[in-house]
Amino acid sequence: MADGTNILTARRSRAEQRPRAPRRRRAAWVGYLPYLLPGAVAFAVVIGYPLLTNVYFSLFKWRGGMAPLRWNGLGNYADLLGDDQFWTSFANSVAMIVAMVLVPTLVGLVLAAVLFDYLGRRFGARVSSVLRATYYLPQILPVAVAGVLWNWILNSQTGALNTILRGMGIDSPPNWLGDPATALPSVMLVLIWVQIGYPVVIFMAALQRVDPELYEAAELDGAGWWHRFRAITVPQIRPETFVVTLTCTVAALKVFAPIYVLTRGGPESSTLVPSYYSFLSFFDKSQVGYGAAIATVLTLVIVGVAVIILGLQGRAERREREGI
Amino acid sequence: MAVATPTRAPEVRRTAVDSRYRRGAGRWLVLAAAVVVGLAILAPFGIMLLNAVKSPQDYSANGPLSLPTGIYLDGVLAFWERTEFPVKLWNSVFISAVVAVLGALLSLLNAYAIGIGRVKGRLWIVTLFLLANMLPQEALIYPLFTMAQSVGLSNSQWSVIIIFTVIQSAFGTYLLASVLGTFPPALLEAAALDGASRWRILWQVVFPIVRPTLSVLMIFFFIWTWNEFFIPLVMLTTNDTQTIPIALASLQGDRMMDAPTINAGTLVSLVPAVVFFLIFQRTLTRGVTAGAVK
Repeated sequence: MADGTNILTARRSRAEQRPRAPRRRRAAWVGYLPYLLPGAVAFAVVIGYPLLTNVYFSLFKWRGGMAPLRWNGLGNYADLLGDDQFWTSFANSVAMIVAMVLVPTLVGLVLAAVLFDYLGRRFGARVSSVLRATYYLPQILPVAVAGVLWNWILNSQTGALNTILRGMGIDSPPNWLGDPATALPSVMLVLIWVQIGYPVVIFMAALQRVDPELYEAAELDGAGWWHRFRAITVPQIRPETFVVTLTCTVAALKVFAPIYVLTRGGPESSTLVPSYYSFLSFFDKSQVGYGAAIATVLTLVIVGVAVIILGLQGRAERREREGI
Repeated sequence: MAVATPTRAPEVRRTAVDSRYRRGAGRWLVLAAAVVVGLAILAPFGIMLLNAVKSPQDYSANGPLSLPTGIYLDGVLAFWERTEFPVKLWNSVFISAVVAVLGALLSLLNAYAIGIGRVKGRLWIVTLFLLANMLPQEALIYPLFTMAQSVGLSNSQWSVIIIFTVIQSAFGTYLLASVLGTFPPALLEAAALDGASRWRILWQVVFPIVRPTLSVLMIFFFIWTWNEFFIPLVMLTTNDTQTIPIALASLQGDRMMDAPTINAGTLVSLVPAVVFFLIFQRTLTRGVTAGAVK
């Protein structure tokens, strides 16, 4: 991703440096506009128009369908500010970021480095690629299917985990997904399980890019594994770290299916997330305007977070270039 | 490493001996830890496999960790019939395949104009596509839902196909545009000198060269659409149109779903994804890498 935007900016600055024959250049690119037409129409219809309509809906009280739209101005947004469930849902988004970004990225970084730089060299590439495939397995299933499996494993009565625990002599094992105290940590564990393979695969691919001589030189200088990890691995694969952070943070803010199949936001809203809250408002409570307002706020948060991460990435790259 | 050391200087050899010393017990510990992580990730699959072919009596008597006393296929059959699985499988395949083809086509057209045509304002266009890919689907769903109703596409797979074609091609455009941005200009100039039109250059010069990238994109689009949950859940409301994940999730609250049926259902539902992954594994790992570095 990083390189993509760089290519574009680089190309633009090259174009700016070239003042000659501007008329012919313009004629050249105008000829390509028809190729953009199907995409532009499709985007306007499927993304642009619905997005604006959703913002429009958020300014009304509307029960959906044939019911009349009643103007509410910014009333829905004002209601959100005083809505405990709304704040709970965004607080839970932070938990989702911990489970889908923070833990998988940190653990994935260590796992990728261990597989690539330690086990790969001592036991051969086969061992590390089998382990990598194992870690990646949860990523290939539909997340809803994985969620249904976990929902059964964690079921308090018939689930595998509690049956095992009872067999070990624990009489009243926790109701993992049914107790407000354990539901959120349980959901987070499932998400870590789902997510962990993604950074491992990306980071291992990134490590192939790193010049092996760097490691050899550091090793000859007597640097231990941990030292090499900090001084070479982490800085060398920073671009990929940004990509993983960005894509996973956006995914964590959007998370819906696991919540739907694991807990439906319960118990007592302890696992409610913004996307599920807006879904509930739309289709369960028939508060379309309110649901649209939640979705609009979520959109702004996601775009804001993405812009911040992309900005940090740009700054890190600039600093690196100046450093060299 | 070990092969190279004898030819090197004495003090180098000493570090190599140190590291070989460390290798002795340490490397087995690290391997054991990595394998334990792998087993922890595999455990849910193992439990599922054990219980997918176990009778309910066997499950309540011997618990989830025992080997099944006999092969019991009623769970699989019950799930297969209850969900009319072949219908769901076809729905998933049909929707995902059409989205993969149309999405790749739309990405190619967009990327041709952006990467090769270098239309003005392309930086903004690509940024817009990138943002579109990040939008939460909740911010689009209600208008899309009412739009589908008003054009007679409610509960139609084509509504889902159209929506995902656009959403997936947002990413595809972004990726392909940066690939085509580095397209060798000499090839294009040669074709233009031969008098080839833009349309012919697209299909006879550009398309053959980016075909590997397009096939990776199509595999991605297929899997992503296959795994989608939210939009199909809202748009596809009856049994004959739903996809596999929706069918499984909608059986979940069912009181009649005992442990073997749930496990059998999960097993049957994830088999297509695993098969598809195994077939395209090589292309895919290359693609994951391409997506990260591009």
